[in-house]
Amino acid sequence: MPRPGFVLETDKSTPPTMFWNGEGFRMEKLPSGSRVIYAPEPLKPLDDADASIQQALLNPAGDMPPLPELLKPGMRLTIAFDDVSLPLPPMKRPDNRQRVIEAVLEMAARAGVDDVVLIAALALHRRMTENELRHALGDRVYDSFAPHGLLTQHDAEDPDAIVHIGKTEHGEDVELNRRAAESDLIVYVNINLVAMDGGHKSVGTGLASYKSIKHHHNVKTMTHSKSFMDQERSELHSSNWRMGRFLKDAGVKIFQIETTLNTDTFPKEFAFLQKREWEWKLRDRVSYMGVSKALDRTPPRVARSIFNSVLSPHQMTSVQAGEVEAVHKITTENVYRQQLVEVEGQTDIFTMGLPYIGPYNVNSILNPILVACMGLGYFFNLYRGKPLVRQGGVLIMTHPTPWAFNPVHHPSYIDFFDQVLSETTDPLVIEAKYEESFATDPWYRHLYRTGHAYHGVHPFYMWYWCSHALEHLSRVIVVGGDPRSVKRLGFHPATTLGDALEIASDVVGRNPSISHFHAPPLMIADVK
Amino acid sequence: MKALVFERKVARYAASRLASTIKGSGSGAKLSPISFQEIGTPDLPGEGWHELDVVLSGICGSDLATIDGRSSRYYEDIVSFPFVPGHEIVAKTKEGSRVVIEPVLHCATRSIQPLCSPCSEGNTQLCQNLAFGDLEPGLQTGYCSTTLGGWGPKVLAHESQIHEVPDNLSDEEAVLVEPMACSVHAALKALGEDGAKVAVIGAGTLGLGVIAALSQFCPVSTIIAAAKYPHQQRMAKQLGAEVVVGPSSFRDAIRRASSSMMHGPWLTAGADITFDCVGSSSSISEALQVTKPGGRIVMVGMPGPTKVDLAPFWHREIKMEGSYAYGTESLGNTFKLAMEMIAAKGLGALVSAKYPLHRYEEAIRHAAQAGGRDGVKVVFEITTEKSRR
Repeated sequence: MPRPGFVLETDKSTPPTMFWNGEGFRMEKLPSGSRVIYAPEPLKPLDDADASIQQALLNPAGDMPPLPELLKPGMRLTIAFDDVSLPLPPMKRPDNRQRVIEAVLEMAARAGVDDVVLIAALALHRRMTENELRHALGDRVYDSFAPHGLLTQHDAEDPDAIVHIGKTEHGEDVELNRRAAESDLIVYVNINLVAMDGGHKSVGTGLASYKSIKHHHNVKTMTHSKSFMDQERSELHSSNWRMGRFLKDAGVKIFQIETTLNTDTFPKEFAFLQKREWEWKLRDRVSYMGVSKALDRTPPRVARSIFNSVLSPHQMTSVQAGEVEAVHKITTENVYRQQLVEVEGQTDIFTMGLPYIGPYNVNSILNPILVACMGLGYFFNLYRGKPLVRQGGVLIMTHPTPWAFNPVHHPSYIDFFDQVLSETTDPLVIEAKYEESFATDPWYRHLYRTGHAYHGVHPFYMWYWCSHALEHLSRVIVVGGDPRSVKRLGFHPATTLGDALEIASDVVGRNPSISHFHAPPLMIADVK
Repeated sequence: MKALVFERKVARYAASRLASTIKGSGSGAKLSPISFQEIGTPDLPGEGWHELDVVLSGICGSDLATIDGRSSRYYEDIVSFPFVPGHEIVAKTKEGSRVVIEPVLHCATRSIQPLCSPCSEGNTQLCQNLAFGDLEPGLQTGYCSTTLGGWGPKVLAHESQIHEVPDNLSDEEAVLVEPMACSVHAALKALGEDGAKVAVIGAGTLGLGVIAALSQFCPVSTIIAAAKYPHQQRMAKQLGAEVVVGPSSFRDAIRRASSSMMHGPWLTAGADITFDCVGSSSSISEALQVTKPGGRIVMVGMPGPTKVDLAPFWHREIKMEGSYAYGTESLGNTFKLAMEMIAAKGLGALVSAKYPLHRYEEAIRHAAQAGGRDGVKVVFEITTEKSRR
């Protein structure tokens, strides 16, 4: 029986706590009385994932017939799937998407459906490489579809491939990938890593245009999403749900398939990353020492490529299919079942170690903007109820925060960092003054459409993700970060955790409550 | 009196060039043909000439190039040795009036009649008689053996060169009139280009002056500036540049401002006009990369011998034009316009350090490293020198 999440209160005998620090780690001695929040242990995976998928497709949730009943000869079928941003790290083969899509294709073949197109639901993310597509879909699917032009990647900037469906009652433009919109059925294949994913966000965002997405990816919506992990209290989700229901009313038929994963995040060689420090065995300590020492001597670029090759052993814990909202309700419960950790009360100081990877730097660099987004956009928002840190509290995160960017993946990030954050870090000013020019920049559009670049507006969204935290916190401190980058972000650099606590004392006094979020593995703090 | 004197000494010239190559600009002052020495006051060259007491005199990029042994041999026949350098001069007349000197030694200063064609039109910077007439050859005061220069206690000036300093300008502001006039003259080349996107490379005295002048006199739409140091970036912003970035981000900033595409390092669109206020081969190459096809590059910084690939200049039909000194603009006399701009923008803060003449080696080193030392303009303060003695 896997153990649930745990909140440890440290005392003098507590061993140092491991903090992620990009492509490395730090051991930090937290002051006595600090809380360390550990993720629940990985849930037992499904005994037979393929059988469970069949079961889900044949017994859909909500008002939706079994998938075979929806498949007819002569129909247009579009299978859309989550892109490279999920899961993290990329999972060992076979990926959930491969398992599900193979099952759907088998049913489609049996039903005599010939017109099938696969679409990577990129939204405004970068196009996937062939290797990434092969990894997600498997070679069999890739080789059957890609050579015939039937494996496509959503292009939010192709005017011929986007169709305006209409406007919601809130005046939100709903635009959709034309192939998907004009299909008799969209089957969406999702991997739900955190509670924010899935539901109407899958099609409504993944296959939409900038004109559509900007209605929920904006500062106002982001600051009114408390949190993204709690759909009922997330304005981001409210907007997506309005759009999803609008699509349904407009006759766009979606068969949603969602899968969840356990938190078995790192392979055996990194087993210590999933254990609580006081339970480390000699082998864990030796592994930690070996890995740490090796990384200390490894140039960052090499360390990055070592970590980028890590494949996660996480496994499927549930699969549900059918009507979007009914499916997502079950999915969310399954995510909560794996990730919720009950925490009593808020804290003055919230500490976190940021790992090397986030959704937008798979096979890439966690650049300073993504560092900010990981800390303030994602980890800060991994709560239900109320934020783990009190209003006006301090967030301390560890990450080297190098002034480094991947120019192929993140060209507009470079300019955002150089030309926008050098002027202001205020999300509202940034949104009003700069967003449109980046979003419509022809060069970024070209690179997004033809290369592997995130859309020109993407760094803005990363900054907007931070806006709730920026409004909530009185100070953000980065331990061990490049001071130039950290200052550009508007944060405070500190050399050690001790220095950071000293800097924080201006705001929270000399005896603050401290809570450390020991992730990844991912979890959600259920703050009472 | 004692003044800094630059003599024709080939061996020292070579030594200073070597020193500046090894140790950086300004390091060769000790070895260069410049020395602090006793000199006599020459007779006035003719009618209309006056002897003035120097108050402040700036150290310019062209002075540094001369001391570093890096200036072009082009100038060899339009200077005369030995000369007292210094052409950014605030001085006092015998009557006690504060004046600045417009240093170009044009026809009128040389008693040449009739005036050459450019001089007769007020474009004295284009004078065709810089090596003739009553004076020894010299393109400006500070490069002519007859007139002395600003790096000494006294300088000779023709009445056509003298501009009274208005009371609203401090000495520090007045010493900037000459370099700012260069900037104004350059910036006014953007007149009539309403709505143009303008790029400025370099944020030393000239670059900052060009930014100030563009925002003061020209209705251009966007000024994008490359500035190496934080204080330069701050000043460029204060003086009117909308976008200010470090040199490594310059091309990206112009690309974005001009909604340009790229092939390799070349922008497919780019700036309508680029002001190169550096004058090096890399700044010229960069100017060619960021200027739109059919656009203009204005050379403001004094270039020397450079190696530049001119294929894009040819293929993109880029117009390159020099911008030297000042004269008469469509808006009036450049010196008057510069004074107006300095007062309006409060540019005295650009003067970062003042040195007495005898500390010239230190002053020259400081001037060469001004950017890296949070400075812009370094000047000699001659009154201090006099009181010291």
